[in-house]
Amino acid sequence: MNASWVAARAGARRGWIELKHTFTTPNDLVTLLIFTAILLGVMLWTRTTTVPGTHFSLGTAMLASMIGMTVGFNGLATLGSILTVEREDGTLLRAKATPNGMTGYLIGKVVTVSGTILISVITTLIAGALLFSGLAVGSASTWLTLIPVLLLGLLATLPIGAVLGSLFPSARSAGLLTLAMGGLAAISGIFYPITHLPHWLQWAGQVFPLYWLGLGTRSALLPANLASVEIGHSWRHLATFGVLSAWAVAGLLVAPILLRWVARRESGSSVAARREKVLRQAAG
Amino acid sequence: MSVLNWSGVLSPGAARHVREEPAEDLVLDVRDLRMRYGRTGVLSGVSFGARRGEVLALLGPNGAGKTTTIEILEGFRMRSSGQVSVLGTDPAHGGEAWRARIGVVLQSWRDHGKWQVRELLAHLGSYYAPYSGSGVPRPWDADELIATVGLTEQAGQRVRRLSGGQRRRLDVAIGIVGRPELLFLDEPTAGFDPEARREFHDLVHRLADREEATILLTTHDLDEAEKLADRILILAGGRIVADGSADELSRLMSTQAEVRWSRDGQRFVHSADEPTRFVRELFRQYGESVEDLEVRRASLEDTYMALVRQAESGVSGSGPGGGEDAIRKFVVVAG
Repeated sequence: MNASWVAARAGARRGWIELKHTFTTPNDLVTLLIFTAILLGVMLWTRTTTVPGTHFSLGTAMLASMIGMTVGFNGLATLGSILTVEREDGTLLRAKATPNGMTGYLIGKVVTVSGTILISVITTLIAGALLFSGLAVGSASTWLTLIPVLLLGLLATLPIGAVLGSLFPSARSAGLLTLAMGGLAAISGIFYPITHLPHWLQWAGQVFPLYWLGLGTRSALLPANLASVEIGHSWRHLATFGVLSAWAVAGLLVAPILLRWVARRESGSSVAARREKVLRQAAG
Repeated sequence: MSVLNWSGVLSPGAARHVREEPAEDLVLDVRDLRMRYGRTGVLSGVSFGARRGEVLALLGPNGAGKTTTIEILEGFRMRSSGQVSVLGTDPAHGGEAWRARIGVVLQSWRDHGKWQVRELLAHLGSYYAPYSGSGVPRPWDADELIATVGLTEQAGQRVRRLSGGQRRRLDVAIGIVGRPELLFLDEPTAGFDPEARREFHDLVHRLADREEATILLTTHDLDEAEKLADRILILAGGRIVADGSADELSRLMSTQAEVRWSRDGQRFVHSADEPTRFVRELFRQYGESVEDLEVRRASLEDTYMALVRQAESGVSGSGPGGGEDAIRKFVVVAG
């Protein structure tokens, strides 16, 4: 059998095993679910508030945005920080010391993060269908929009997440990534219609994939008339496709170069040096 | 076995290292390897080779370039210059098929903490399956390997629950899961207790004998080098200053030996060029009144210290005879 194919299968298995680990490690499970739970709580709180200019529940609209944000957040911040942490602790070096190990490692990460996203999305959708009214989970057109948006969202964010993971020098500094994502969510119209932001912030938000992911999932899950609170009073499917594709292409072009650069610098002594540094910081 | 080319090795032109075996029989072939970081030269002309099944120990003081050398051979670090061949391939351009024939024992820290021991070994082993040759079935069966490194009881445990010693044994298992033809170990027993060290030594012997693996290890521990290695390389001042078996290296220093004895309650010490003749003469003269007789040749440690001191005091200034001078100087100090 072809060695790359074997490595790809090993990678898929790796992703599956690590997903299982998440679900059998209480800490990981809590971390995974607490984020969804807190946001659901906030939305339940705002369930009776309406989206300005409509009679539609703000909580339900937020939940639809949150599906998109889950993809963006995990694809960028989670993948980015996993790569940084695992570069620091020597996981990446192990992959490098194994034939086709890097291929398997990356496929594994994509599977793990995509799986985590899928589980979060499903949890959120189930909670949404049970606790919120107005979410169009029953119609075929919802799924025909939602699935392509989610897939394109993964393509747009995972490679960029890998780029970010390559650029951050240490696991500690990668914490900034999560912080930055929170800021980005605030200007991406996830929690409140973007049209209520100043114009320059609207433009800034529209540069990043997070806004378009939220817009895409809202367009799939909310009634058509809710488009009236969006920029241009439209779901802008074509623009969504265009911007997300552009991020996907950029990421897929840059990520392999950066990942190769990062992998090339890994050796036993570079991992040992980082271990020393972390232990010193912990002691001092 | 190995040919000790004393004057050649000790002279500044270590690159002239004479070799009898043809290059294609060598698993490792390093010629005039040089490494510079900015303006600092770490390796200034390292040359050595290793044949199939040989166990080599690379000794040297901190900062001598042991880790740099081993990382260049592993293909994890680019060299500045020199010719390097590892299993017939330049490690700077080694592909995945080459990688599959090599084992690297890494010092783990906290990677794969959530994985179970068997799960991890089976997973990492699966990458080697396409590189299985008729003579070399790859990978090693996970359970068999776990038994070999003595982790059977821990097979179902998560890696982060292992003790330090167990974790290092897992590191070794990961390093050899692909049945490597060549294995690199960088300070494998650092932090081991004596028992773990003894077990590890047995494992290395088994690998070299049964699997015919070639092994290159770095260590600070002279005793370990002596026990494990067929050949010892001493790296100091950026070059190999000695290359030979522990026995050969010790004998080098023993053109003189220290003879101690006591007579009528008085202790005597004498450095003799020919200790056997000296002792015979001693008995002829004093007969039964000679007591507590000891004849001590230079130990590996003495040899090591002398060579490192000589290398660090500046190899560049000495001519081809510098080595012998150093030995003589050493004997004067020791005697």
